[in-house]
Amino acid sequence: MTFGSDSALAFAPRRCGAMMLRYWYLLRSSWPRLLDLVYWPTVQMITWGFLQFYIMQNAGFFARAGGTFIGAVLLWDILFRGQLGFSISFMEEMWARNIGNLMMSPLRPLEFITALMVMSIVRLAVGVIPVTLLCIAFFGFNLYGLGLALAAFFVNLMLTSWAVGIFVSGLVLRNGLGAENLAWSIMFLFMPLTCVYYPVTTLPAWLQPVSWLLPPTYVFEGMRALLIDHTFRADLMLDALALNVVFFAAGVVAFLKLLQSARRNGTLLQTGE
Amino acid sequence: MSAPLPIAIERLVKIYKTIAAVDGISFTLAPGSTTGLLGGNGAGKTTTIATIMGLTIPTSGRVTVLGAEMPRERYRVLQRMNFESPYVAMPMRLTVRQNLTVFGMLYGVVDLPHRIEQLGHELNLTDLLDRQTGKLSDGQKTRVALAKGLINAPELLLLDEPTASLDPDTADWVRGRLERYRTERNATLLIASHNMAEVERLCDRVIIMKRGHIEDDDTPAKLLARYGRRTLEEVFLDVARGRALEAAQ
Repeated sequence: MTFGSDSALAFAPRRCGAMMLRYWYLLRSSWPRLLDLVYWPTVQMITWGFLQFYIMQNAGFFARAGGTFIGAVLLWDILFRGQLGFSISFMEEMWARNIGNLMMSPLRPLEFITALMVMSIVRLAVGVIPVTLLCIAFFGFNLYGLGLALAAFFVNLMLTSWAVGIFVSGLVLRNGLGAENLAWSIMFLFMPLTCVYYPVTTLPAWLQPVSWLLPPTYVFEGMRALLIDHTFRADLMLDALALNVVFFAAGVVAFLKLLQSARRNGTLLQTGE
Repeated sequence: MSAPLPIAIERLVKIYKTIAAVDGISFTLAPGSTTGLLGGNGAGKTTTIATIMGLTIPTSGRVTVLGAEMPRERYRVLQRMNFESPYVAMPMRLTVRQNLTVFGMLYGVVDLPHRIEQLGHELNLTDLLDRQTGKLSDGQKTRVALAKGLINAPELLLLDEPTASLDPDTADWVRGRLERYRTERNATLLIASHNMAEVERLCDRVIIMKRGHIEDDDTPAKLLARYGRRTLEEVFLDVARGRALEAAQ
């Protein structure tokens, strides 16, 4: 089934499925790739989990706010690993020098992006689900206990991670693997600004409006409201969703523009540095 | 109404910053023909092929492929064409069968398992289908790349140095396979190559490019006669070293 078969906006589940199959074959064939998905989230969770454990024993406020650090770590991992999963799947094509083959095939950009989004969820699931289970076993923190709120957090974080991943992939497509480092580092720019481990009020007053322009800020504030005040802030989630729609659309437009620029500059066949 | 030409290029210009990689070339290819695109490094062959494939946007001029203007209407025809080059790799960790499955799905190949078995048989890949692509020899990888290029039985096949880094026996085998494919499918082939023996054997027409221009365009026999040479390599050297005019006179 293909919609609008000759158009650049056509969408064929078969072509999208072909790309998902390609990444699944790759993941399946490489245990270091699978190990890498689990390794860092586990190390992060253990480090921050013990830190939280220590603070809870020594500070009254944090004793009441059980799980904020470890919850923040897990949600941050969804944001970071979601983007990384998207970008790494994309860069596998650059590393394999396969991007030319794909760009001269009938694969549409939106099918490619959709496949990368699905694979980012698969990679995230492989990496983060075992860690959340370890978290219950080690520290008694059950992320799934957040219930529907977790679904709202997850949707918003994934949308942001995809928006950033799409934008970074466009930059790599346009500028070659010289821009690869952005894929690894760009999300860390979000870390201080989105207030992963502390409330927005901790930031200087002039920086707070910048923080509120970023969708994950609403998620981390929402998580603290839930864990400390036991209140689900639906208003924050809706604000995040509205911003995410803008971020996601901007990411897709930027990707298409950068792809067009790569076509103009003839860089699609020269995907080295 | 007659079928559209496989390739029609009119006054194609492609400028990168200030350098004209292709500078006003025009040519058409007839259905079922095999044309060699010759030229030294920087002659504009790769840019020409990339533009035909819709990978590059022309600065000016018009490129139509199977009746579709490139790159604007590329999705009308990409399913009917393909490209093979040893310089564009296939994912190395995937097996040959997995790679062909992915590309077959992208190109919408009907009865894909049968098509893969058929190509495996035709290209002597049957024993390699379940081996990792990255662990094959250069010659085997070239055959896999050719299988990818033929997966959708394209009407138009573009090849960039199809026998580069192959031993003479394997290269000869690949050329034979390409000849047979063209005859059986009445396909149109455009081959960019530095291998003059290959061009002489496969091509019924040769386009020689230099610094973004077409320097000459004729059948191999007529080129040899015009330049008074015995091999295309000598003709190529005449053109490359600027002896074209005097030699042709």
